[in-house]
Amino acid sequence: MAYLIYALRRALQAVPVILMIMVGAFLLLKLAPGDTVDALVGDMGGADAQFIARLRAEYGLDQPVWVQLWRYLAKMAQFDFGWSYVYEQPVATVLLDRLGTTLMLMCASLFFAFTIGILLGAIAARRAYSATDNVISTLGLIFYATPSFFLSLMMIVIFSVKLGWLPVGGIRTIAAFHTGWDHVLDVARHLVMPTAALSLIYLAFYLRLMRASVLEVAELDYVRTARAKGAGETRLMVHHIMRNALLPVVTLLGLQFSTLLGGSVVVETIFSLPGLGQLAYQSVIQRDMNTLMGIIFLSSVVVIVVNFLTDLLYARLDSRIELA
Amino acid sequence: MSLADPIDLPPEEPRWRVFWRRYRRNKAAVLGLVLLGCVVLLAAVAGLYEPVDPLRRAGPPLTWPFQTWDTPLGTDQLGRDILAGILHGARISLLIGVVATVISIAIGVVIGALAGYFGGWVDDVLMRVTEAFQTVPSFVLLLALVAILGSSIENIVLAIGIVSWTAPARLSRAEFMSLRRREFVEAVRNLGVGHTAIIFREILPNALPPIVIYASVIMALAILLESALAFLGLGDPNYASWGNMIGQGRAVLRTAWFVSAIPGFAIVLTVLSFSLLGEGLNEVLNPRQKKT
Repeated sequence: MAYLIYALRRALQAVPVILMIMVGAFLLLKLAPGDTVDALVGDMGGADAQFIARLRAEYGLDQPVWVQLWRYLAKMAQFDFGWSYVYEQPVATVLLDRLGTTLMLMCASLFFAFTIGILLGAIAARRAYSATDNVISTLGLIFYATPSFFLSLMMIVIFSVKLGWLPVGGIRTIAAFHTGWDHVLDVARHLVMPTAALSLIYLAFYLRLMRASVLEVAELDYVRTARAKGAGETRLMVHHIMRNALLPVVTLLGLQFSTLLGGSVVVETIFSLPGLGQLAYQSVIQRDMNTLMGIIFLSSVVVIVVNFLTDLLYARLDSRIELA
Repeated sequence: MSLADPIDLPPEEPRWRVFWRRYRRNKAAVLGLVLLGCVVLLAAVAGLYEPVDPLRRAGPPLTWPFQTWDTPLGTDQLGRDILAGILHGARISLLIGVVATVISIAIGVVIGALAGYFGGWVDDVLMRVTEAFQTVPSFVLLLALVAILGSSIENIVLAIGIVSWTAPARLSRAEFMSLRRREFVEAVRNLGVGHTAIIFREILPNALPPIVIYASVIMALAILLESALAFLGLGDPNYASWGNMIGQGRAVLRTAWFVSAIPGFAIVLTVLSFSLLGEGLNEVLNPRQKKT
């Protein structure tokens, strides 16, 4: 019950944030040069002033800003982001088409970064200040400093151009029409490089945090007690240290999700993956502001949901947190 | 000092010397400083090596590195000298890094200071705003701002500042919250000093060290953000930028990968230098955190 109330309270806290993002999106739309009617008229190749005025009235653009804002918020709340003049579809449809690819890429990258990161971090901490630790820590620093687009290009040179192992881009082999497991395997092969490019920088974050965290927890009294009672090093690590050392890493997992989504813009564009990131880039190039604002809103909602889930996970992992 | 009487106590060491002695202990941090020095040097000699225009044609297109003395690091598909691009790109990267960091810290400190100092509803409102900015993926917001403002270098710097102030805001809020009830603040408050003066003259100098350390992280992030924008072709086309060079090299990646690889390494080394520097500063200014 306490858990449920805690969850509800956390969910309520997100409401003002969502509202503020909606207002922000509206302001950005107002700041952008040109409005819906300009786009429409441009599409038609021009129209006379009377017709334009009538269109403005029809779209409610002649109303005071406050009325427009209210209408925009009401529409957004129903996931109606307006019409995309580039795709000739409602923005919501375009977005939902592409959400799956991005979520798949996010999940794969986070999973990879998290598991490898905490593993390497734990190993580095157990052998602190040894050669192994130095190699792992240096690797972490280099991963941290490498921009994802540079890494992507170098991987393409090595694995696609020189070795011919992996496809350069796309989400599936177009002409192959794979079904069943072949299809899954095909998509997985296409996702290897994007996942690696996107996750290495986060792998470096988790690695460094996990190393520091394990070093800190390993000094605590209860670990010494466990050791004194004869727990083996492996058992000590898995049952006693890991559980508590993971807490700060889980927090970071939620916090970093929004930057991860931002990073997908570059990676999806390079590997021509049909996801939200690539769509964001294309909307900027084609000045499709409705779609761009839709992406901002939808990705913010995804971030809020992920943060909410990590909060719940955190509360489960750490029994010291008071839920009330 | 060599003239000092041996009986006297040794004079107190100047602060910068103590600072340097502590900093020197961390080999990686010294390496970071050396790397940063190299980047600054690159930026400094840019005008000597290529005083006219780094974007002009300097030799036959796609010359490989180390072939002729005219273009030591080769040329790209338009015959532009890659070394000249690297040197002038260092200027742009450092410039954008420094100015965007100043903007982001200025916004962050003001918002964090108001939130931490006043508390209450001011804090609530400002922290919700901060959360909203943290929730929106910063690179997507950056794209939107650049699409709206236009991609001149001033607007890019401003946009990078606008998307990266949340972390310094949280940091300074925490510092202000812990400092606002200290005796020295209460003392000046009782003297009748106004809020503005207390915030900027009394508390801010004490709150600054952790923010300064964090500046190196923002600097690295700003350089990465700018290079990603330029890579996508959304940077200012009038300046040589490392990200832009990598983006253009993408077209000839199959045959001439060095066109992308050389500026890529420049970015890696620059960002590495800032993060090593940050770690070094952190150890000097927060010595108690040093080892567990």
